[in-house]
Amino acid sequence: MADHSASPTQQQDRSEHPLPEPDAAREWLRTMMLIRRFEERAGEMYAKAKIGGFLHLAIGEEATIVGGCRALRDDDYLISTYRSHGHALVRGTPPGAVMAELFGREGGCCRGRGGSMHMFDLQRRFMGGYGIVGGNLPLGAGIALACEYRETDRATLCVFGDGAVNQGTFGETANLAALWQLPIVFMVTNNQFGMGTALERHSAVTDLMRRGEGFGIPGVRCDGMDVAETYETVSEALRAAREERRPTLVEAITYRFRGHSMADPEEYRTKEQVEEWRRRDPIEVFGSRLVEAGVLEEDERSRLDREATEEVDRAVEFADASPFPAPESLYDDVYVLGDQVSGWYAIDERSPGVHKGEDERGMAAEDVHDLDRYRQAAARADSADEAEPRPADRAQEDEG
Amino acid sequence: MAVMRYREALNQALREEMHRDEAVFLMGEDIGVFQGAFKVTAGLLEEFGERRVRDTPISENTIVGAGVGAAMVGLRPVVELMTINFSLLAMDQVINHAAHIRYMFGGQVKVPLVVRMPQGAGHQLGPTHSHCLEAMYLQVPGLLVAVPSTPGDAKGLLKAAIRDDNPVIFIEHEYLYGQRGEVTDGDDGVMRFGEAAVRRQGSDVTIVGISRMAITAERAAQAMADEHGLEAEVIDPRTLRPLDLDTILASVRRTNRCVVVEEGWPHGGVGANLAALVQEQAFDHLDAPVARVTGADLPMPYSKPLEDIAYPHEAQVVDAVRATFGDA
Repeated sequence: MADHSASPTQQQDRSEHPLPEPDAAREWLRTMMLIRRFEERAGEMYAKAKIGGFLHLAIGEEATIVGGCRALRDDDYLISTYRSHGHALVRGTPPGAVMAELFGREGGCCRGRGGSMHMFDLQRRFMGGYGIVGGNLPLGAGIALACEYRETDRATLCVFGDGAVNQGTFGETANLAALWQLPIVFMVTNNQFGMGTALERHSAVTDLMRRGEGFGIPGVRCDGMDVAETYETVSEALRAAREERRPTLVEAITYRFRGHSMADPEEYRTKEQVEEWRRRDPIEVFGSRLVEAGVLEEDERSRLDREATEEVDRAVEFADASPFPAPESLYDDVYVLGDQVSGWYAIDERSPGVHKGEDERGMAAEDVHDLDRYRQAAARADSADEAEPRPADRAQEDEG
Repeated sequence: MAVMRYREALNQALREEMHRDEAVFLMGEDIGVFQGAFKVTAGLLEEFGERRVRDTPISENTIVGAGVGAAMVGLRPVVELMTINFSLLAMDQVINHAAHIRYMFGGQVKVPLVVRMPQGAGHQLGPTHSHCLEAMYLQVPGLLVAVPSTPGDAKGLLKAAIRDDNPVIFIEHEYLYGQRGEVTDGDDGVMRFGEAAVRRQGSDVTIVGISRMAITAERAAQAMADEHGLEAEVIDPRTLRPLDLDTILASVRRTNRCVVVEEGWPHGGVGANLAALVQEQAFDHLDAPVARVTGADLPMPYSKPLEDIAYPHEAQVVDAVRATFGDA
């Protein structure tokens, strides 16, 4: 393992990075708590089969999320990866909408179409989590290009994991951003594993902050377990992007306390290493610092955490109460159906009498859908049955 | 109305749309200083400047992805890829991103992106520069796919593509760039996607020609009328998504025979798809199986005589039509 991550305890020195105003400091702590409690609950809901597919939790990485994103203005853009529940929450997406998305409900932030890996909130300029590693980098450059084209001073924060630096899009996008002087900050959340492959086993150069240098992108590193340091580092990078049109690669060193996804036996790392990093829990460290600095009383710290838990309780209630998307909505939003065009966009071959997919909204659901199957699937997804394996679990068993 | 070449018609469409809408801009490899590998963008850098006509590095996936990102926040990028073969490097951004973003984010965002690129054999460019891949894009829900075969359609459909709020794969053809045809002036020439053109009327057989093969089909139909007294109806769908299946079906119900002509590969091709749709919708009207004329099922060879027999010409179309009548 590279020097900078070999021994997390070496970095346990008291943060010298300034605290924000007390209200902001408490808000940072509270948001990190909200993300933590949300992720824990999502894990529980996954175990109860309320959530399907893959579930990638950001427990341990909260300081990178809050520190990085609080450096953004409301009119800036954020784009991230498949580990992005926290990015939606930090931008202000209601926790109920995020949980409902995980539950596959109509009230989800993407109406149940995207799921855990594909969060999105246009109104809050969270331009999405993406399931393809490195897929979001070119999109981030395009968003930054649009900000430049419109002659605004908005910047884009493009977040990705250490695994993404080995994708072609990393080099291509870094080159394009530097060449065109785009107002973008690349933030690599280096949690030291690309899925189950350790950093030094997936990258010849493990000093990731240097990976942009050959493309004309200077790098800077921060302790991603320290929310104040992360905030300070990303703030300066955003300033350079905004004011000087100079992209930066920020490497935030962090660690995910849980597996890559819920379907991860974690055979690639030791319990001792995990425990060592857990001692640097970003929420514990920052909370204690606020108490010691007199910004926060101990009982207020407990209260903030309790409120976060209660907010997550309400999120689960909201998600549970939200209906599954109607079968008639299956073909919604495949296309923007305008006046310009007509004809056969999508074709439904699943039912007798081949017809245009977009015509389904005008048809009786029982004529085009297997409603028995729909109702059975809804009933299964709605029941909390811990014994039932999810499709993603089975997929991994089959591969093994 | 004016007569001009296919490439000039495309150039005019780009110029007019850029004048009409400040959000329209161009990105691509060698489209500016070099004026485009096929000169479609000639003069546009000089007219609109580097902000709106952007030469890019050779990074297809990222160029398309940057277009997707810019489109998501309100611009209308027109990305040129040098040939459709190079678009394979951008498949991730085209399919996983451009085509799926609106759906997977629950309709919150539009992706009004156009990706233009030429395809086609005939210039001895071998296996990496000569193929016709419209069938790959046809398969993807979320994309619109245009395959214009005349200068008028090239202009009218490109203007429509730029104004459309969906991601459009706009497939040109290298052979067609130099062909002349009538082009409508200004906004009168904006076409609608999903409207096939009946190039030639006839009652004996329906021939559907895709991209350049619409031209080949029309010539074959004329030869058949002259030599065999067969009157073929020739249909150019012009767009594959949305597809004007209704016009094709109406014709087949009258002629009772259908031949699909394409330059791409046979397996999973446009013809395979159309044959399935026609038999599903008009089985009782068919007097013969739907026939296909396609490019050869192989990587395109370089050598001229080999290349020449590896993609369809009029003679193969005539043979296929006659076979539907039981003539060998």
